[in-house]
Parts: sequence; structure tokens; C-alpha cells
Amino acid sequence: MKPEILEALQKARAAKRPVALATNLKSGQQKVIFETESEGPLCLDVDMLAGAADMLKRDESGTFQTGAGPVFVQVFNPPPRLVIVGAVHIAEPLARMATLAGYGTTLVDPRRAFAASQKFDGFEVSTDWPDEALAVLKPDTRTAVVTLTHDPKIDDPALEAALKSQAFYIGALGSRKTHAARLARLKERGFDDTALARIHGPVGLAIGALSPAEIAVSIVAEITKVRRGED
Amino acid sequence: MSEDVLDQAAAWRKEGRKVALATVVTTWGSSPRPVGSQLAVDGEGKFLGSVSGGCIEGAVIKEALDAIGTGRPRLLDFGVTNEQAWEVGLACGGKVQVYVERLD
Repeated sequence: MKPEILEALQKARAAKRPVALATNLKSGQQKVIFETESEGPLCLDVDMLAGAADMLKRDESGTFQTGAGPVFVQVFNPPPRLVIVGAVHIAEPLARMATLAGYGTTLVDPRRAFAASQKFDGFEVSTDWPDEALAVLKPDTRTAVVTLTHDPKIDDPALEAALKSQAFYIGALGSRKTHAARLARLKERGFDDTALARIHGPVGLAIGALSPAEIAVSIVAEITKVRRGED
Repeated sequence: MSEDVLDQAAAWRKEGRKVALATVVTTWGSSPRPVGSQLAVDGEGKFLGSVSGGCIEGAVIKEALDAIGTGRPRLLDFGVTNEQAWEVGLACGGKVQVYVERLD
């Protein structure tokens, strides 16, 4: 790998810009692929470039054949994100486990006393109201949103913002009864059944979780299941 | 924290160490690490990351050290049908293709 290729790759990754590396496995020549441009000595025709850009968009590394040999495209997308609403006791193990699973994690809680808790040292914390925080964070197809507060004043605006976004996973902590009441409130706010079906509630896989750490395991497991298309 | 092999490889290179990078480019069957998994190797044979569950790392490191010496990238095939199967075969019966290149 040429130094300028590595440098371009690292620069894009540091800026959290989606980027892929195309390598001709026969010649070793390479090209850095961005969403709408590319740089590097490897020759690829328009169709091949479009194919590589499409792999970047689909977040899927792989190999395609060309007249000059197989070309491997490795996608380096920024990490998927998890937004946790509610800096409550479950939030700490959830933030840690999600980080281990490769998520960039942000905690949102307008109650400063909760958000300022020592336990969240090292995590990105926002004390804005969830609707404002999510307007800044802009959940996309690689973002999961989980609400944990049980407080409609905090959870509902977060869920409304998440439902209006492309978030691939939305989960809400609370019993079946709490969840039914929540769905009724959101319905009154104009969300139909199809939209509300996006909310996983009660949150997490049913594994009989009791402790905060076990509940975090069930939530991370469910997010993984959805992300990997096993849902 | 999940380790970032490419970051580590770039940091090693910056320190002036010789570095090779191995990347899983194709998998068949139940191979232990997905496409894109990486292993960085320095000139002393120190390594970070993985391209299998540990079955083929030894052979990949040997090739990486050779790539560091010659600068020639290479594509390696591992699997049960490989004649080296007894030596470096994948216990799970999967097959992987690993690309090894030097960081210039």
C-alpha cells in the first residue's frame, strides 16, 4: 500500500467520512473510493467505479472481476451509532457493551444530575431535550435509538424524533402495559400502526434478563439481530 | 473497545517500523472471521488482529514477513482442500482467501 493511499484512507476515517479501498489482487494497485469521487492509480471504468461506490453505500465489502484481475473493495464506514435516552442505571452497562460491539454511543438526558453521573465518564453526553439532541445527531440507517427513562416527557419526544428518522432500530424500555399506553399516546400524535411497529417494546430479546447488565445484553442482542437482518 | 488494526498498522509505520497488512478478501462456508478482517504484522513478527480463529495466523505471518522483505503483495488460499491442510487447515472446514501487502 502506497503511503498516499494509506494517508487518504486514514484522513477520511478520522473525519468519519464513508470510504472504501479498492485493490487489484493481481497487480496490487489501489484506489480510494469516496461516495462521489475517487483517487489513486488503480484504473477502473465508470461502471466499476459505480459498483464500488454502491458497495460503499450498501456497507458491504467484496470482490468483483475485471479484465485486469479480481478487485477487492473493502468498506470502511464510520462506526454504527447508538443513542441512549436516559442516563439511568441500565444505561451504563448498555453504553459499555454497545461500545464493545463497535457502536459510537451517545447518552441523552436533560436531567443534569443524571447526565453528570460519574459513570458516564468517557462517553459523549448531551443534556439537551431528546427532540433537540436528535435533531443534531440526525439518526440515519446506521443508528439505533433506545429510550430508558419510563418518563413520557423524555421518552415520547425521543421516540417521535426517532420514528421520523431512518434509524434502523428503535427500542423503548417499559412493561407491556407501559408500552401499550405509550403506543396509544403516539397514535394520538398521528403515528399509524406501521410506524409504531418499528418500536421494539418491551425492549430487548426475551432471555429472562433481570439485572441491568442482563437487560443490556438483551438490548445489544436485539440490536445485533436487526442489524444483521435476522429479524 | 474494538481494536482498529489499520490504525495500529499506520501508527507502527509512522514510528518507522516495517509493516505488512493481511486482509480476509473471500470466505466460503463457516470461516471464523468475516471479509475485511485484518492482521497487522511488523518486521519483528509482532502482530495484532486476526484473519481466522488462530488456525492460519502462523502461516500468514510468515508470508507477511516475506512481503515486508520483497515488497511483493500476494493472495493466499487456505482451506480443507489445501494441500497444507494438516499443517494450517481451518478446523471448522471453511475456506478463506487472504491478501497480504506491505505498507510502503
